Amino acid sequence: MLSIKNLHVAIGETEILKGLSLDVPAGEVHAVMGPNGAGKSTLSYTLAGRPGYEVTNGTATLDGEDLLALAPDARAAKGVFLSFQYPLEIPGVPAITFLRTAVNAQRKARGEPEMGAPEFLKTVRAAAAELKMDFDMLRRGLNVGFSGGEKKRMEILQMAMLAPRLLILDETDSGLDIDALRIVAEGVNAMRSPARSMLVITHYQRLLDYIIPDRVHVLAGGRIVASGDADLARQLEREGYDRIVAEAA
Amino acid sequence: MNAPLIKAHGKLDLRDVSTFPTRRDEAWRYSDFRRAAPATIEVAPPGASPEPGGPFAAIHGDELAFANGRTANGDADAELTLEGGVQRLRFITDAQGGGWQARVTVRVAAGARATLLETYEGQGAAYIASATLSFVLEPGACLERVVLLVEPADAVSVSIADVVLASGASFFQTVIATGAKLQRHETGVFHPGQGAHVRMDGVYLLGDARHADLTTVVAHAGPVGTTSQLTKGLATDASRAVFQGRIVVERGADQTDARMRHDALLLSDRAEIDAKPELQINADDVSCAHGNTVGALDAMALFYIQSRGVPEAEAKALLTEAFVGEVLDRIEHERAREIVQAFVAERLEGLM
Repeated sequence: MLSIKNLHVAIGETEILKGLSLDVPAGEVHAVMGPNGAGKSTLSYTLAGRPGYEVTNGTATLDGEDLLALAPDARAAKGVFLSFQYPLEIPGVPAITFLRTAVNAQRKARGEPEMGAPEFLKTVRAAAAELKMDFDMLRRGLNVGFSGGEKKRMEILQMAMLAPRLLILDETDSGLDIDALRIVAEGVNAMRSPARSMLVITHYQRLLDYIIPDRVHVLAGGRIVASGDADLARQLEREGYDRIVAEAA
Repeated sequence: MNAPLIKAHGKLDLRDVSTFPTRRDEAWRYSDFRRAAPATIEVAPPGASPEPGGPFAAIHGDELAFANGRTANGDADAELTLEGGVQRLRFITDAQGGGWQARVTVRVAAGARATLLETYEGQGAAYIASATLSFVLEPGACLERVVLLVEPADAVSVSIADVVLASGASFFQTVIATGAKLQRHETGVFHPGQGAHVRMDGVYLLGDARHADLTTVVAHAGPVGTTSQLTKGLATDASRAVFQGRIVVERGADQTDARMRHDALLLSDRAEIDAKPELQINADDVSCAHGNTVGALDAMALFYIQSRGVPEAEAKALLTEAFVGEVLDRIEHERAREIVQAFVAERLEGLM
């Protein structure tokens, strides 16, 4: 599914990722953990195609297809979805309009017929109910006046509607209380499937109590310095990053 | 009470080049008419008599149409008295070159509530058009004026209106400008206070080398009146937008509440936006404010929308539509609002 090889990324003059390699096979959930400044957000933004993140070397492919050459919307149409750490507020664009625009833009890019209004409304109602979201909220400007928890639920709702193949969660637990965290994690777990891969990027082990990863990678200094199973996350929680980063150095 | 001289310039007469305003006229500093128009303007031939309808065809109402500046009777002057309902006023130009000037007086009867849907439908090319309008709102009258300017890139078009309000009258205006070689829409309001309300809004959507100029003057002459102005627009490619808004509060016009905002998006290095908001306050007990911003689209918001699969042009159209949408939401006539919203959405898709 996702294959990253020797990825080097610079923002301006500063190199952030320095030869990162990572493979996430289909159906697996991989966590990327690391201290602040390790390059976690850079990795997620680079995969999604944020302008200003310059790939100076290396490759990232989804099922063998080069992702890095594509515009952000084309990557989304191929099945990439980044759940933002800080979802943007878009005043004047109702969330429901935004969702429908996104769903149909992706369908159009894939040469599929657009989803009609009745089917769309039915699907979005059901998905919102699963996430315990008030449907009326979707008539408001996207994320405008939403609490931190509501914004993250909105991300999961978008994810559910867009049904991506590769799901990247960037610090999805930040700003969530324990109840919101559980609802969001349930939403993510409901999407686990043999045809879908997930990259869960997080500073803390807490989220991984709810979304149990198949593999855990430690990102430090712009590279993966250690990999292991779910126990590695618990070890990091107990011992901190310093020791494992020092051992790898 | 007589209206003071609030016109921003002398009378424009297409037959007399000495009346053509130039950059040296302060009110025309950013829109040089004389430069844009030829010194001698041939009279445009009579236009084909138009089918009733136009952009607001879906709304039931009366219609007065000018074709190349002439009514169906061949007149260049017309008078309307509105006692309610919807009136369409259409200026259609199918001339290739040449010019026309027309004059319309609109009286809104005391206590009447009316809607005027005014359209400038340029189907010709390289023409010079000049429409002069006078509005008289009798006591307690309410007029909502929605103006849609859709003209070819090589046209020169000027529309100038004087509005005189009586006590307790309400004048609500929304102008949608899409530019031309030079397109100027000017409104001067005599505001008596005395419970009268004015809302004057504008939207401009400019691309290529188009030029649009929205100019307003509101003179508050008496106490207890309100004015609310909101103009939003965007300029891309090598286009140029001009916003000039002046609110004057005369001595004795106490308890005036006047607000003016202009917010713009500059979407290209070659585009230009000239904004000149002015408040002249000669009374003490007033509440007045103005604000003016020119910015760019939020790059992070754009990336966020694109990351959901929406192509860049569509994402930009979505953001810009939301940006100007705040102005369109203030149109009270629901069907007119919907038609304008659809027009703006389509125009923005073409621009982005």
